[in-house]
Amino acid sequence: MSTIKFEDLVKILEKYEIAELENVVIEGDVEIEVPQGGGDTTALQIAIGQGAAQLGLSLMQFAQMLGYPVGAIMQPPGVTPPAPAEAKVLDKLIEAKFSVEPETYPTAIEEVTLGATRADGGTRETTVTLGGERALPFFNYAAKMPNPIAIAIDCFDMPIGLAKAVKVHYEDVMESPGEWAKKNVEKFGADMVTIHLISTDPLIKDTPAKEAAKVVEEVLQAVKVPIIIGGSGNPDKDPEVLEAAAEVAEGERCLIASANLNMDWERIAKAAMDHGHVILSWTQLDINNQKTLNRYLFKAGVKREDIVIDPTTAALGYGIDYAFTNIERMRIMALKGDTDLNFPISCGITNAWGAREAWMKESPLKEDSDWGPREYRGPLFEIVTGLTLGIAGGDLFMMMHPGAAATVKEITKTLAGAVESKPVPVDDWVTLEV
Amino acid sequence: MKLSSPLEVYDYLPKTNCGECGETTCMAFAAKLIERQEKLEACKPILEDKFRKKYEELSALLAPEIREIVIGTGERAKKIGGEDVMHRHQLTFFNETALIYDVWDTMDEADLVARVKAIAGWQKFYVGEFLKLHGIAVRSTSGDPSKFAACVKKVLENTDLPLVLCSFDPKVLEAGLEVAADKNPLVYAANKDNWKEVAELVRKYEVPVALYAPADLDLLKSMAVTFSEMGINDLVLDPGTYPAGKELEETLQRFLKIRRAGIVEGQKEIAYPLMSVPLTTWMVYDDPIEATYWETVLATVFTIRYADLMILHSIEPYALMIQRTLVDNIYVDPRRPVQVEPGVREIGNPTEDSPVFVTTNFALTYYTVESDLSSNNIDCYIVVVNTEGIGVEAALAGGQLTSAKIKETIEDAKLEEKVKHKTLIIPGLTARISGELEDLTGWKVLVGPVDSGRIPGFLDEKWPPK
Repeated sequence: MSTIKFEDLVKILEKYEIAELENVVIEGDVEIEVPQGGGDTTALQIAIGQGAAQLGLSLMQFAQMLGYPVGAIMQPPGVTPPAPAEAKVLDKLIEAKFSVEPETYPTAIEEVTLGATRADGGTRETTVTLGGERALPFFNYAAKMPNPIAIAIDCFDMPIGLAKAVKVHYEDVMESPGEWAKKNVEKFGADMVTIHLISTDPLIKDTPAKEAAKVVEEVLQAVKVPIIIGGSGNPDKDPEVLEAAAEVAEGERCLIASANLNMDWERIAKAAMDHGHVILSWTQLDINNQKTLNRYLFKAGVKREDIVIDPTTAALGYGIDYAFTNIERMRIMALKGDTDLNFPISCGITNAWGAREAWMKESPLKEDSDWGPREYRGPLFEIVTGLTLGIAGGDLFMMMHPGAAATVKEITKTLAGAVESKPVPVDDWVTLEV
Repeated sequence: MKLSSPLEVYDYLPKTNCGECGETTCMAFAAKLIERQEKLEACKPILEDKFRKKYEELSALLAPEIREIVIGTGERAKKIGGEDVMHRHQLTFFNETALIYDVWDTMDEADLVARVKAIAGWQKFYVGEFLKLHGIAVRSTSGDPSKFAACVKKVLENTDLPLVLCSFDPKVLEAGLEVAADKNPLVYAANKDNWKEVAELVRKYEVPVALYAPADLDLLKSMAVTFSEMGINDLVLDPGTYPAGKELEETLQRFLKIRRAGIVEGQKEIAYPLMSVPLTTWMVYDDPIEATYWETVLATVFTIRYADLMILHSIEPYALMIQRTLVDNIYVDPRRPVQVEPGVREIGNPTEDSPVFVTTNFALTYYTVESDLSSNNIDCYIVVVNTEGIGVEAALAGGQLTSAKIKETIEDAKLEEKVKHKTLIIPGLTARISGELEDLTGWKVLVGPVDSGRIPGFLDEKWPPK
């Protein structure tokens, strides 16, 4: 604390051309206390210069006491104030507690069970239950996922062209859908098997529906897990094929894939209902279409516990951003109460192999850095595509590469909190010798 | 951002409709501000003294929920954080997760230089541009300040990528900062033991700093509050990345909680960029391929769920490509157009003998085909069919790509006047409509390769048509 005579202050202020004070008449010799530090001096510092700021502040308070309108002096000018003086390094941490309220949603995703055991009129030895979530996937602190993500591995009713990294695993079974299905379950640990009846496409082999149905029977004999029955994707032929397949699989609670808007979905829905199956409602990256098709299915009499939806999968690098956001948005809308959309979601993760980065030997562009060996690239493409859509809201994955399927299974179980492992001393990563 | 409608922003603007910002009206400018497509400073009037208060208030209201910080300097400087939403569809994510790959100070010099060059030079062409990596983390495995300084120096000689200086020893960090402070590196890290010394260091050198509090959110928040109180606000939070089992599940929960606290609950004390270290998978898996796979799996999880920066070890090309592509895909603006203009495009200088390729107007498909053709210097026409932004295979299945639509597109462009061969090359995946397309158009149809990357070989064999 120091003191200064008022008349000296007036001189200082005159020097800075602060004229207003000239009208203030003060009799006698007044002493003003000048505090060290503190107070909002910023604007005054700018007005009259750093050195005189302390004096000016005191003067301002004094002037205020006398009823002088100091606001005029204190109006901040149009420049950024300098940064505040350097704060001290503290000696102790300021204790703080972290807390956050978890998000809550009013609506759960429907639970849908695939496969029927003898007790339920089928011949499956295992069943798979999908859905039931009350939060986004792996937001466990808000609500745990009641059912793990299920993995179905694909097989086909004829040998097909596959990426080399995939083909090596199936070369010995491609001629026999039954053997193929068996390998998927026994060797690769699939929860389910998908039989794609692609040879029924009039532009491929035009296999009659009756013969396709025999393939379905063969697969049902070969494996005891629930199965998914897929058509060829031909909108004219699929209703007939899936109808015949649903009939021979009566009571097994298969997933019939699929009903979509550009075909006779009603016929497929009826076949699924008549023979005790679940229907896959497939649309192309369009929430409104998904809602529309689902409403048609309700109207046709399909029960809510008999619907799984497939909003379309796109591969990493080939539109996964659309697929991810489409699924995540649908899932959030469903949890918030949109009962047109609160169904388990199926994803055709095998689509990842459509990405040329998954299967091509090397980049066609000379400017690209090396792509690395495709036998490692391909499966990792499938893994990342699957995991990404699992984080968005996928419940059931149709996959192809056995290693990719196993990895996706492991990571999704881990994120659900169902995998134990030894603790890892993560602090040491900085000095890790690798 | 605290405002949600252009109207709320408009209230703060000068309402002069002067057009200096490039928009015709203040309301249009307000809409751009909400979308974060314009900076408030583009409005010249609001920078005048008389609007100062409004400017300051609006600046604060428009600031992103998560603090935005910069690492590095110059063209390769990387912004991280600055996010406003939990889910990309709510607006967009703004600053791509920084992918940072490690080097260490006990590396042989030749290996070090080669590794730095591999990281700095990596690139992949994707939708019209090259994807690149974002930075290098220098780890002090020696614990020796002079060795660390020498390593940092060597790295700086070979790249202008942003750096992360990694050690828990303040002496080592200071040695690194003496060499690299003017490159604005991220200092990793302050922890419960060294935070005072590290705080002094980052104040002295004015660089951003990571706070490390593994599996302890109270400690992490305490450190963030303490640093902020000390005037240090360029913070990155590392809640620890546990690479396996329940610890990994718990790690993810911490990321989810911190980001929710920052964005949804507006808890400013913890609203800083987050970082994850998938490199920790190398502490679990001995086999390098397995470690690389799991490192990529962790990178996937934390790219999607809220890491703004990641430190990784494997530089296997297949892993880099996949990690970098996912970052692009998650952070790409969902508001960008999905479609390109349909019609007939000329690539290079086509003549009446040049080939004609058919594809869709899905932006990704179009740019892939376009880059495959132009990078191989193929003069040609591309018939871009309006499939409503859907790719070839899906559009064929969904009825958006049909023979009739192809016919319409070539007729509208009067293609028959431009080429004399009357031959279309269609994507391999549309082989099944080739007969129908020939009948409908009267043009000859060649079924091209399934992937446009194979067009050069295809042309060698099949062009010109016999």
